Amino acid sequence: MAVSTIVEAINQTLAREMERDGRVVVFGQDVGQNGGVFRATDGLQARFGAARVVDMPLAEGVIIGSAVGLAAAGMVPVAEIQFLGFVYQAMHQLAGQVARLRYRSDGRFDVPITVRAPFGGGVRTPELHSEALEGQLANIPGLKIVLPSSAADAAGLLASAIRDPDPVLFLEPLRGYRALRDDVPEGDHLVPLGKLRRVVEGDDLVIVTWSYMTEVSRRAAEQLNGEGFSVGVIDLRTLVPLDLEGLASAVTAAGRVVVVEEAPLTGGFGSEIVATISEECFYDLEAAPVRVSGYDVPYPVGMLEDHYVPSVERVVRACRRALEAAP
Amino acid sequence: MEESETMNAPAVSAPTDAELVDLCRRMVTARVWSTRLFNLQRQGRVGTMAPIDGAEAAVAGTASALDPATDWVFPQYREPVALSRMGDEVIDTHTLYLLGHPAGGRYPDHVHVFPTQISLAAQVPHAVGMAWGMKLQGLPGVAAVFLGDGASSEGDFYEAANLAGVLRVPVIFVLVNNHWAISTPLSRQTAAASFADKAVAAGFPGVQVDGRDPVAVHEVVSAARARAMAGEGPTLIECDTYRLGPHTTADDPTRYVPPDQLAAESARDPLVTFSRRLCQLGLWSDEENERTRTTALERIDLAVQRAEATPLPHDAFFRHVYAGSLPLRLRRQAEEVAELWP
Repeated sequence: MAVSTIVEAINQTLAREMERDGRVVVFGQDVGQNGGVFRATDGLQARFGAARVVDMPLAEGVIIGSAVGLAAAGMVPVAEIQFLGFVYQAMHQLAGQVARLRYRSDGRFDVPITVRAPFGGGVRTPELHSEALEGQLANIPGLKIVLPSSAADAAGLLASAIRDPDPVLFLEPLRGYRALRDDVPEGDHLVPLGKLRRVVEGDDLVIVTWSYMTEVSRRAAEQLNGEGFSVGVIDLRTLVPLDLEGLASAVTAAGRVVVVEEAPLTGGFGSEIVATISEECFYDLEAAPVRVSGYDVPYPVGMLEDHYVPSVERVVRACRRALEAAP
Repeated sequence: MEESETMNAPAVSAPTDAELVDLCRRMVTARVWSTRLFNLQRQGRVGTMAPIDGAEAAVAGTASALDPATDWVFPQYREPVALSRMGDEVIDTHTLYLLGHPAGGRYPDHVHVFPTQISLAAQVPHAVGMAWGMKLQGLPGVAAVFLGDGASSEGDFYEAANLAGVLRVPVIFVLVNNHWAISTPLSRQTAAASFADKAVAAGFPGVQVDGRDPVAVHEVVSAARARAMAGEGPTLIECDTYRLGPHTTADDPTRYVPPDQLAAESARDPLVTFSRRLCQLGLWSDEENERTRTTALERIDLAVQRAEATPLPHDAFFRHVYAGSLPLRLRRQAEEVAELWP
């Protein structure tokens, strides 16, 4: 075990996967000499050479689009989109091509593409740097969507993503890159895709969340549990595939549920979770599910950011509503 | 048309008589197949298709300069009927595609042709990625990608060309300029003096060639291939020709194509001009033309028979969304379909 930040865990995992498999190619904007704007690829070019760690022209469409050809040629592409908000410039390749290649070639081509991108607010970035787009992306069949919230998971899920024969969007918690640190197991550490993580145990209510909102929810649960409640937190880790069984059993056991996400409310993945809970656990619910999310507005400018990104206070309020609700 | 001065074409040998005859056969065959598939669409037996009329020389001429064992072709959607050189099975898979069968996206493993692409220019980054992957692995060969005059307005084309120039990968951009993007004429597509000029901004040679002349196309593609194989990077080739038919079975070109222009262009039909040239050389004849047409008709009928007899797997649209076994949610959906469609 060694304590790492999330960004260190990602860096070490990329190095380990490049060492393990000569077909892995890392490319994106500023990933080479500069080591990535967050240093996620720091030192990789010096170690593995400029042919395998490639600084790309500033064009997201061809960063994602060329990965299709690389994969078909037998390589294992790991592309970086500098901020998830920039992926709009590549949506046609991501949704129209990457997600469909296995399907439209009737299974001829494996698509072991990983697209890494940080997302999430709270750090005063300029416009289009903070958007939480996972709900939009989850509506594209063929993609897998992975969002770690700890260093150990970042390492274990990234290794699984790179080795997966399907395209994986690996969405990294920008706000947690250096703020979150924990023990990462030594050696070949793999976390399977599609298995949620119980972060806090509790049986009065369960908070269902993912990515950096796991940390916000953990603090909210800590506060409520200090008052004598028993509030649990589960981190879904992957939205696609979704751990349906794990989700249903956690919600059934608690009977009350709050879903927390950063994206706008309408049509977000939280809606999908609540709908799923209604289908799977309706008769085990003791109160209506409560959602906490960003608001249905464009992601705001810096001075308004703290009003937008769900806070510990908002999660606590939502939990109280769910805890106090009586049938 | 002349080659631009930026291209120092390595010397390539001219096609042999046998190669000329082979080219003519493939062009005639492409027209026969396309016409037959067009008529099958009118009978409701296949879906929307884009006829090849006018592009035979550009496509078959390009394929004639490639090595099917090492090179890859990335088509848009009009080209497959003229790609028989890449594999005898191309027409079978393409017929399945037009039939709407899932296997229509999968050419056999030894056929280096990417699935038909509907999104304009989306295949161009794929071709550049393939060429990049080949270069990284030290594999011989090139990726040749087809696009039209309309597709050259797409961002994917510019982004991919730019990257290809930066990485100096072995890719050949074959831009078939047929003067129409459905109803949009050249004047509304670009203000550039030529489509070949678009290579200038990407830092590699752009060449214009008479896309009605398969020998000229063969020579220019051969030169581009030699350059790419020598590590000198990409080439953009603009094949100037004219779309002699509708855009697709869903199009009515009488709404926008000037009749006198179409009449003039029909007189320059690449099939007519090339077979006349081979007749003058004593390499082609009316009898040979008829034999080729008969053989082609038999082959397309066989392809249609095979396609119509290909079973449709009951779980067809759940397979190949992901590798391996279905996740729980998809498994439930597949079970519903199996119940409703036993």
